[in-house]
Amino acid sequence: MDFTLTEEHRLAQQMVREFAEREIAPIIQDCDRQQRMADFVLPRLGELGILGICLPIRYGGQGLDYLALGLACEELEAVDTSLRVVLSVHVGLNSLGLLQWGTEEQKQRLLKPQAEGKKIACFGLTESGAGSDVAAIQSTARRVGDGYLLNGEKMWISLATRADHCLWVARTDPQAADPHDGLSAFLVELDRPGVSRGDLHHKLGVRAGSTGWIACQDVLIPEANRIGLEGEGFKIAMSCLDNGRYTVAAGATGLIRACLEASVKYAHERKAFGREIGKLQLVQQKIALMVQSYDAARLFYLRAGWMKNEGLRNTRETSLAKWFATDASFEAASQAVQIHGAYGYSDEYPVERYLRNSKGAVIYEGTSEIHMLMQAGYALGLRQDAALRCELPAYDPKTWQE
Amino acid sequence: MKIVVAIKQTPDSAAKVVADGGQVAWGDAPLEMNPWDEFAVEAALLQADAQEAEVTAISVGGESAKEALKTALAMGAQQAILISDPALANADSQAIAKVLAAAIRKIGEVDLAFFGRQAIDGDMGVTGAMTARVLGWPMLGLVAAVQALSTDSIRVECSFEEGRQVVDCKLPAVVSVSKDISEPRYPSFMGIRKASRAVIPTWSLGDLGLAAPASVVVWPQVANPPARQVTTEMVSGGTAKEIAENLVDKILAEKVL
Repeated sequence: MDFTLTEEHRLAQQMVREFAEREIAPIIQDCDRQQRMADFVLPRLGELGILGICLPIRYGGQGLDYLALGLACEELEAVDTSLRVVLSVHVGLNSLGLLQWGTEEQKQRLLKPQAEGKKIACFGLTESGAGSDVAAIQSTARRVGDGYLLNGEKMWISLATRADHCLWVARTDPQAADPHDGLSAFLVELDRPGVSRGDLHHKLGVRAGSTGWIACQDVLIPEANRIGLEGEGFKIAMSCLDNGRYTVAAGATGLIRACLEASVKYAHERKAFGREIGKLQLVQQKIALMVQSYDAARLFYLRAGWMKNEGLRNTRETSLAKWFATDASFEAASQAVQIHGAYGYSDEYPVERYLRNSKGAVIYEGTSEIHMLMQAGYALGLRQDAALRCELPAYDPKTWQE
Repeated sequence: MKIVVAIKQTPDSAAKVVADGGQVAWGDAPLEMNPWDEFAVEAALLQADAQEAEVTAISVGGESAKEALKTALAMGAQQAILISDPALANADSQAIAKVLAAAIRKIGEVDLAFFGRQAIDGDMGVTGAMTARVLGWPMLGLVAAVQALSTDSIRVECSFEEGRQVVDCKLPAVVSVSKDISEPRYPSFMGIRKASRAVIPTWSLGDLGLAAPASVVVWPQVANPPARQVTTEMVSGGTAKEIAENLVDKILAEKVL
């Protein structure tokens, strides 16, 4: 078993780290305070190829593997969660969904501009009344002629007002015996007539990110924009989540690292009772636990990334990675604030932002409770992953470069 | 057109460098490309983009210096060569300059050799000039911009505290750049893939036809600067104006202003 990162992984990680530290770190506190995403972020991520990092070159990507995607997410979230969220929705939830389920024509027409960063992508699953309970989706897609008429509203959509494309899940068969089977997936270009959208503010965290709502009122889309078959919407959404959750797990690992680094620095600087606080055992305990959770979270997500590279089904492992890393990042951020004392409670230090940001990921892309139930289901033999009509393709260094 | 860029691997600029008993150590801090050399690589690549030139990155160092060379490849250099020889341990700037000059000659038909202004470890800032001297080429230092480049001449803008200067010279030439040249680019993913697969050749002194050049500079003493004594004093007063006046009095009394 080889735990060494390849030269390619190491250089890619270093490049993303340099970008995040050089261009985002200096402005992130202001963006967070002003609750806005800096305008240059998305174009810059596209220009640097980060938006297509793990997609094949023939589809406009950079030809790296799924591990590189995870490493990039870790580096981005070590600076701010809002950066990693971009990769989660653009790459994980949308582009990899197209790679897995799209036809060749759809990959050329819809995926390629996304991988090239020319079109920004988001994911429309959640509704105001349908979160963990995906089958409760109210949005509809009614067949009309050669296409579909979309109606409904999606909530808590990252990049809602920034994206050009949305992978939209709607109900095509209200009569389906199992409501899961009545859902279908569509790629909606957001400049179509009938689309309206807006930003949501006053969130607890990820304030430098863009979160909003998208409504479709009689939006006509061609059949060519349906992803997969009618009735496959739930399966498609779940496989998108397998990829989105992977990016969340890797990102939360980066957040733990940020908490650890900030805490170690402060523990050396701050003095109490005549010595630096890093010499106090209760502070040491907090730091040791952060080290433990960082290493464990990293191993979890790297295993999931390796499985993706190998073309192995990884729903269980990805869920475990996401559940562990996000819970651990919330705990690490809370303890980082505690180590910083009153200073940690103010935005003079970044740890309060880490704490606010960490809470979101415990809720989105499967709450911790959902992941807990999934793991229990697997262990008890109550849950099995059936084979899919389209699996995420294994990473092939040769064909990825063609 | 052929361009060479000379780079050095140094400890990370954030490393805590400790001198103890004449030995310098930087703990477990990573080694990376000397930050000043990143500007040199950028300068070389900018000219290569404009002239369709070929850029070769060279470095003198141990096996680990290949990592710095790979960074140069990932940024866009076409080739990289490591010059490594046990006889070069503790070599001084003039010894390194002789080696670099020999490597530039061996590469052959080089028109321009770019250097960073100095390395953050030795901080001598003379290797570029010494290499130019060994090669017998003109040396352009503190270059902030290349204004024009043709097959046989170059026009650069040099920047220093007193002002700026435009200089013309014939090629081949050595150019040492300042950080005004342009922000170094990030490696591209395509460059990263290329770099990670690259096999970097290693040249020994024998390959260059050189005997071990003797170092003429020795360092009898190396020490960290003395730790600064900092004391903090709160300036108080009844009103903001009074505090400001007291502060001004203090500053004047301490002869800070």
